[in-house]
Amino acid sequence: MSNSTYKVPIGPQHPALKEPENFLLTVDGEEIIDVKIRLGYVHRGGEKAFENRTYVQGLYLIERVCGICAMAHQLCYVNNLEPMMDVEAPPRAQYIRTIVAELERVHSHLLWLGVAAHEIGFDTLFMYCWRDREVSLDLMEMITGNRVLHAANTIGGVRRDLTADMISKTRKGIALLKKRTEYYKKLVLAEKTILKRALGVGILSTKDAAELCAVGPTARASNVKKDVRKDDPYSAYDEIPFNLITYDLCDVASRVLVRVDELIESANIIEYSLDHLPTGPIGVRAPRSIPPGENVSIVEAPRGEDIHYCKSNGTDKPERYKVRAPTLGNWASMAKMLIGGYVADVPITLAAIDPCMSCTDRVAFIDANSGKNWIWSTEQIKKYSKKNGGR
Amino acid sequence: MAMERELLRHLVKKPATIIYPFESPEPIEGTRAKVEIDILKCIGCGTCIHDCPAYALEMVGKGLTCDMKWYPGRCVFCGQCVESCPRNAIKQTAEHDLATTESVESAGMMSERFVEFNRPKKE
Repeated sequence: MSNSTYKVPIGPQHPALKEPENFLLTVDGEEIIDVKIRLGYVHRGGEKAFENRTYVQGLYLIERVCGICAMAHQLCYVNNLEPMMDVEAPPRAQYIRTIVAELERVHSHLLWLGVAAHEIGFDTLFMYCWRDREVSLDLMEMITGNRVLHAANTIGGVRRDLTADMISKTRKGIALLKKRTEYYKKLVLAEKTILKRALGVGILSTKDAAELCAVGPTARASNVKKDVRKDDPYSAYDEIPFNLITYDLCDVASRVLVRVDELIESANIIEYSLDHLPTGPIGVRAPRSIPPGENVSIVEAPRGEDIHYCKSNGTDKPERYKVRAPTLGNWASMAKMLIGGYVADVPITLAAIDPCMSCTDRVAFIDANSGKNWIWSTEQIKKYSKKNGGR
Repeated sequence: MAMERELLRHLVKKPATIIYPFESPEPIEGTRAKVEIDILKCIGCGTCIHDCPAYALEMVGKGLTCDMKWYPGRCVFCGQCVESCPRNAIKQTAEHDLATTESVESAGMMSERFVEFNRPKKE
C-alpha cells in the first residue's frame, strides 16, 4: 500500500446511516480499496432474554428482533416450535400467515424503495413510496390489530380470523398497490436520477454472491436463484404458484428491479391466497412445554433467509434460542460491493442490501491470530462497563 | 424527470397526512389499546401474569380477594392477557391516548405508574 491511501471512518454515528454501525474505508483518492466492518453497537442481549421467558412470552419478544420483519421472525419462531410440540396449524391459519407475511414484504420493499430514493437524493419518490406503504400498513392493522409488531401468530395457528369484509378491503388495497407498483417500475426504468446513481454501482458478481452466501433480494439481484419460499416451502407457499425473480445486472439497479418485481409478485400471492382461502378453524391448542430436543427453521424474510435454532429442555422455557437475521448473511458480500467503488456511492450501496443493524448485532470475542473465541458473563460485562466509565 | 405528470396531478389533491392532535383517525375494530380488567370476573388464577411478556400485570392480595394492577408504561399491547384469561375478564378498548401531560416528577416514572382494579369491599 502506498502512502497515498487514507482511512475514512463512517459511523457509528453518521448522516448516511440510519442505525449505528462502523465502516472503516481505506481509500485511494476517491476509490475504496479496503473495508472493515465493525458490528455490535446496538446489541440488546435478545437471545439471552429468551432463556428467561416462556415460549408464549417469547412470541412477542421475537417480534422485537426487527420491527420491519416482525411477521417473518414470528413465523420462523412458530414454525420452529410447532414440530417440537407436535402440533400443526390448520390450513386456514397457514393461508392467513402467508397473506400477512406477503403484506409485510410489500410494506418492507416499499419502505426500502423510499429509503433508496432518499439515499440518492430523490426525496419526492421517497415521500410517494411511503405514502403508498400506508395502504399495506392499514391492511395489516385491520387484519392483525397493529400496524407494526402485528403479533398475528400464536403457537398452533393465528390469533384473528379474516372476515368477508376484511377480504374485500384487502383486495381493494392490493389492487391499488399493484397499480402503484407498476407505475414505480415504469418510473425506475425511465428516471435518469435513479439510473445514473444505480447502474454499474456496487457490483456483486454471480460467483461472488454464491461464494459469499448472499441472501434474499441481494442474491437474486446477482442472478442467484435462491428463495426459501421455493426451495423449502413453509406455510402455504407450496400450494401457491409464483415466480422467482432474478436479474443479472448485479448492481444497485438490479436490486431495485428485483424488489419492485417482488412487490407485484407478492400482490399476486395475496390475491391467489384470498381466492383459495380454505375454511375451517384458525388454530389448535398447543402445550406449554416442549420435550427435550432441538429444531431449526428457515423463513424468507423481506431481506432474505431468516434462520432460527431452538434447544428445549423439557420445561416451558428454551435452553437456547439462536436467531440469524438476514442482514448478517449479507455483510461479507457488502464489503465486496464497496471495494472498487467510490466514496460518494457508499450510502446507496449500503442501503441496497436493506441492512437492519440491530437484527444483526452479536457479541463474541475472537482472537484474530489464534482463532480462539469466548463469551463473557453479565457480571464481566458490568465490570468492563464500570471500568470504562459506565454506571 | 419522469414524475412531472404525477406531481402535477397531485398539486390539486389534499395532503395525504392529517394534523394529529386536532384530527385523529378512527380507531379500527379490534385495536389493541388500553387494558381493562373486570375484577368481579377475575378468579385470581394468575395466567395473565405468567404469560405477560412485559411483566405489566401485578396481583395484589390472594385468590378471590385479590386486586389487579396494570402498568401502562411497561405494557406492549400484545393482547396475550386477553387471550390467556380463562374467564374473559380482560378486554382491550380502543382508547390509545395514554400519554400524560403531567411532568415526570409529579407523575413518577412512567413505568411505575399503574391503573388499579379494585374489588368492591363486602360489608
